[in-house]
Amino acid sequence: MNLSCKRLNEVIPVTDETYLEECGSCHFAYQPGLLPEASWRKLMDAAALEDHFGDNAELDEEVRLHIEELLVNASADKSHYKRSKKITASLREDKAPLRIIDTPYMKDKHDEIPANLVKDNPKVKSLSQCDKCHHKADQGIYDDDTVAIPGHGNWTW
Amino acid sequence: MKSGFARVIAVVLFMMAAQVHAGAVDTLQQEYIAAGAGPFSAAKGKEMWIEKHLDAESGKQRNCQSCHTEDLSKPGKHAKTGKVIEPLAPSVNNERLTDIKFINKWFKRNCKWTLGRECTAQEKGDFLEYLRGL
Repeated sequence: MNLSCKRLNEVIPVTDETYLEECGSCHFAYQPGLLPEASWRKLMDAAALEDHFGDNAELDEEVRLHIEELLVNASADKSHYKRSKKITASLREDKAPLRIIDTPYMKDKHDEIPANLVKDNPKVKSLSQCDKCHHKADQGIYDDDTVAIPGHGNWTW
Repeated sequence: MKSGFARVIAVVLFMMAAQVHAGAVDTLQQEYIAAGAGPFSAAKGKEMWIEKHLDAESGKQRNCQSCHTEDLSKPGKHAKTGKVIEPLAPSVNNERLTDIKFINKWFKRNCKWTLGRECTAQEKGDFLEYLRGL
């Protein structure tokens, strides 16, 4: 059992090689603790993967089941990590959003950022690219101190 | 002497890379032949590469160039997601056409995305014949 508070502040990092390769070769390898189980089940449905935000991301059944299991097992609603708990607690009518940024917690955290820093910033383009601004995102660390927006320097509140 | 040795190593590495490259494409084409396809034509592969298909849902035409763009020695960009796609020409990207699992995965995904169905053994053999020469 890990009793260190610091390490439970964020979301649990993901180290699974298959996940990092199969999902992370196309986009940032979002940690399982960023969405609840119901979201991951919808996303990882075999038919849903054929139209994965506009691209076909079909997987071999064995690989699909492996990834679905690891996402579900460490999903936000099963996690003891603080940020995951906050994400879960923020869910309202929509208990299973397909996009991390559609969880109320994440929306609230990002809604003051002007479009020129993200959407109209050619080095970022979208809030879906966590690691463009959160420089420790791959370790599951998202606190303010680790944010630097490309072309704009450190983010200050 | 040192540079001579380095050159030998470079040549050996190049030959190994070339062999692996030929390996994946040849192995797959043998599979397709065993399934009744062949012979394979680079010209036919190129023709299909640029042939357009109507996507019923979006009402837009799609072909391989929609995402890989016209110059396969340069990076491409996914037409819908904007994802950057590494150059496909093996002459500028030596990782291309070397991994059978990778090739199969993306044939399946991209044939369905572009043509709305999986490609036949003949089509895949022709595509590979075209791409290996780039």
